[in-house]
Amino acid sequence: MKYLFYPGCSMDASALEYKVSMLAALESLGAEVQELDDWTCCGASVAPVMSDLLGLVLPARNLALAEQMDGVQEMLVGCSACYANLRRTEEAASDSAMLAKINQALEVEGLTYSHRVQARHLLDVLANDFSPEDIAARVKRPLTGLTVAPYYGCQTVRPYSPYDDSQHPNSMVRILEALGATVHNHLREASCCGTSLLTTKPEVGLAMVGEILDAASPADCIAAVCPMCHMNLDSYQGKASKVVGKPLKIPVLFLPQLMGLAFGLPDSALLLKRHFVSAEPVLNQLSAVQS
Amino acid sequence: MATSEVINLTSAKRDPTFADRLIPAKQTVRTCIQCGTCTASCPAAAAMDLSPREMWRMVQLGLVDEVLHSKTMWLCSVCYQCQVRCPRGIPLTETIAKLKQLAREERIKEWRESTTFYQAFSDVMRRYGRMRELEFMIRYFMTSNPFSALGFAGMGLTMFLRGKVHPELPSLGGEGRLDRLFDRVAELEGRK
Repeated sequence: MKYLFYPGCSMDASALEYKVSMLAALESLGAEVQELDDWTCCGASVAPVMSDLLGLVLPARNLALAEQMDGVQEMLVGCSACYANLRRTEEAASDSAMLAKINQALEVEGLTYSHRVQARHLLDVLANDFSPEDIAARVKRPLTGLTVAPYYGCQTVRPYSPYDDSQHPNSMVRILEALGATVHNHLREASCCGTSLLTTKPEVGLAMVGEILDAASPADCIAAVCPMCHMNLDSYQGKASKVVGKPLKIPVLFLPQLMGLAFGLPDSALLLKRHFVSAEPVLNQLSAVQS
Repeated sequence: MATSEVINLTSAKRDPTFADRLIPAKQTVRTCIQCGTCTASCPAAAAMDLSPREMWRMVQLGLVDEVLHSKTMWLCSVCYQCQVRCPRGIPLTETIAKLKQLAREERIKEWRESTTFYQAFSDVMRRYGRMRELEFMIRYFMTSNPFSALGFAGMGLTMFLRGKVHPELPSLGGEGRLDRLFDRVAELEGRK
């Protein structure tokens, strides 16, 4: 299987471990991944606030670049905010007047968007292009004895979730179980991590993070599929503990990092030491079960 | 404004075109039945001065000042919970971006710190084509509230030690990566 991949800004910077582990996990599954050349920012939640058209043109620029590649019909996206922005643009461009306007803007970049390529979230690809048996067949070191709390966040499944339920997603369950892990289902799996509120309105954002960490806490770690969610859940645990009024400390791993662990990949492919909350307890738990 | 205040609809300044200007919801906002599902679904509702339900009612009534001076829109984390649950199918979350846009354009003083966040992000995006997290945070804190940056200093240091941020020198001269595209969009929207 071949995928054209749009990393987006975070996966190339603060969440580099997500990109590296994703590439390694997909390679183990036999997929070939090529990064989109010359990609630019999708505009995040900022561009639509600056202007209606800018909020569509920035994602469209990347979709237009993807269309220049031969035979490409889909673009793999790991960041949920990028994913939602790209999908929103695809939806808006189904209106031909809007598509024409987008293209008037893209002209200065020498690009044309023809509404052909479709963005797909990494979770969709991992859960639906590969069967649990495909995944289980690659497992060298099962995650037996490890309890994982799935965390989907918002824009992974909202408002565009052609592959899962927008309120009660479950795509991660079959992947985690194929890796040999035990799944801890909880009530905050698709709750919001607070996104930029952690910077602009910390007291509100920290309460949101605290509730998620608390709900996930019976597990050994959390599995995330979005750089922003990961950043918020991983790096504010001390402050969130104070807001919630109880100590919360739980490693947050990207789903492909957990896959890589089960596939027996080396740390250079997982970059587990980049997190705020150490992943050490997860590794210890695994070696305790295996010894 | 507090929710307990009574608004005299006869004397209040009202703009009957308010809802029409709110892309993409536009007319659909008028179909809101005030069920309150949006408020019940919103993770930040408790911190808002107007609940989402109240805010949408005020939009219907054309109470522009009350809505644009409320902090409600700035507490939206774009989680789409209200939008996907709205029984009338109104694109509520996406329309909040439009409200933020109007509040920015009106240069409402109370929201200077919030609009600075968007401006700083947009400037970095335009300059480099991609986000530079460190430069964005520096620009944001310098122009909003430099003292609040202290609360993030420890986090910044840890991010640096974990290799999560790579300090890069800002490049300030010459053409920005997306200058032409940003200019073209402004021209098409009649802002230039």
